[in-house]
Amino acid sequence: MAANTETMTINMGPQHPSTHGVLQLILELDGEIVVKATPHIGFLHRGIEKLSEHRTYHQTIPLTDRLDYLAPMSNNLGYVLAVEKLLGITDEIPERVQRIRVIMTELTRLKSHLVWLACHALDIGAMTVFLYCFRERECITDIYEKVSGARMTSNYFRVGGLADDLPDGLEGEIRTFVESMPAHVEEYEGLLTGNRIWQKRTIGVGEISAEAAIDIGITGPSLRASGVDWDLRRDNPYCGYEDYDFDVPVRTGCDTFDRYRVRLDEMRQSVRIILQALDKLKPGPILADCPKIVLPPKQDVVNNIESLIHHFKIVTEGFKTEPGEIYQGIEAPKGELGFYLIADGSAYPFRMKIRPPSFVNLQGLPQMVEGKLLADVIAVIGTLDIVLGEIDR
Amino acid sequence: MSDQAIVEKLKAKFSSEILDVVEFRGETTVTMKKEQIVDICTFMRDDFGYNLLCDLCGVDYLGKSPRFMVVYNLYNISTKQRIRIKAPVEEQDANIDTVSTVWGTANWHERECWDLMGIKFNNHPDLRRILMPADWEGHPLRKDYPLQGPDREPYQGRLS
Repeated sequence: MAANTETMTINMGPQHPSTHGVLQLILELDGEIVVKATPHIGFLHRGIEKLSEHRTYHQTIPLTDRLDYLAPMSNNLGYVLAVEKLLGITDEIPERVQRIRVIMTELTRLKSHLVWLACHALDIGAMTVFLYCFRERECITDIYEKVSGARMTSNYFRVGGLADDLPDGLEGEIRTFVESMPAHVEEYEGLLTGNRIWQKRTIGVGEISAEAAIDIGITGPSLRASGVDWDLRRDNPYCGYEDYDFDVPVRTGCDTFDRYRVRLDEMRQSVRIILQALDKLKPGPILADCPKIVLPPKQDVVNNIESLIHHFKIVTEGFKTEPGEIYQGIEAPKGELGFYLIADGSAYPFRMKIRPPSFVNLQGLPQMVEGKLLADVIAVIGTLDIVLGEIDR
Repeated sequence: MSDQAIVEKLKAKFSSEILDVVEFRGETTVTMKKEQIVDICTFMRDDFGYNLLCDLCGVDYLGKSPRFMVVYNLYNISTKQRIRIKAPVEEQDANIDTVSTVWGTANWHERECWDLMGIKFNNHPDLRRILMPADWEGHPLRKDYPLQGPDREPYQGRLS
């Protein structure tokens, strides 16, 4: 009897728990082997780039929360840095603002990596880790709530500064949490790294060489696990990252297991950075001295006619920028998050293009799974750490 | 190598192609004609080591001629430098050669540019819509596309 050699096409998603949102994959299978994988995206497209062309620069900040909703402050940071660069006020950002921005974005990195680890482990069968990670993530969400009033969509950074200063006592709370974090990372490692099932599901799975990864545009931890020593925080520093002493974890395994280890190491490095930033944090202004751009403090608005005028002008008209174009990339938890802004001299961006790391990283999925087992597709989706909010924008 | 040196070498090799060089906030933007864009990009990758195409997008300058601009944000992972190449595209002839042969990552970026901006990429391996549904009409990021969708009253702009 001749073997049946026809391939079978199956649909995975967009409503599938392990596609991390609304990703649809059309998989052509030969038995259990994936012959072809075709991602379909766009189910969450909200037209953020189009919307931003009709909003003032400040009004776009809340939209950026909804890109990578697991790391909202990183998106806020990328956007405000881009606008500050466009305005040419990068050097005028007060030191306290820089430090708090670093603390909050590194907490965001921890938050994003915790969700990644929780879901990735859950997808390939380790349920306990999910509960452990969400326990720690809850602490970060509480910190979010205390600084910004929101647990997920923070909208905390402003062009030229911050929405508000840290509430009293929060520094100590952040320190206590962050100091407990290395022990928790040990805990996750204890559950997974030496676990034979975990190793079988991750070692040698979803391999991609450094050349192929760069060609397809993969950035962030996924690229560093392929042996490329590149981190924007160290190599093109922004927000005063040059002041901090931290290592960039690099591994050469190119597989899911090494991507897992790189991200765990990054969590330890984030802890180091936050502790240094807390040590260096001094009292000071939380807004740059740029009255035509930054909203004045409320008490000035009621007491001082000049501040009242600035307040009125900024709220009703927004601030204008000189014509020009800039690109600002930051090291978001998932890779390089870039904002390309074109200004035409008005109070609205003429064009804003977002370079979302997940969008580009997902493009590498077909070559990582084709010729491999169907079960590995789940592991690879997890290891790429995609968020559909920023893929579809 | 500094941006100026790179621009000088580009000028020497593609003197008839360069339209404009702008420096703004420390970033260099080189505007080139679109005909030899694949050769230019290959040259940037092979001779200057711009091995990562960070981003590719289209811009609509409605009312100006040429109407569109295709923008390539390049990055060199070894020297950590950025540079930007732009190529103008006419409205009547809205197409440009694909650079997905130079950087594989251009594939999806170009699909997105086609989908949202309506610029065709010649010789692209898989030029389908990517974010909008396959049967969608129009290209939403164009400036003459209404913000609130095709079947609504056009957006009148903010009153303030």
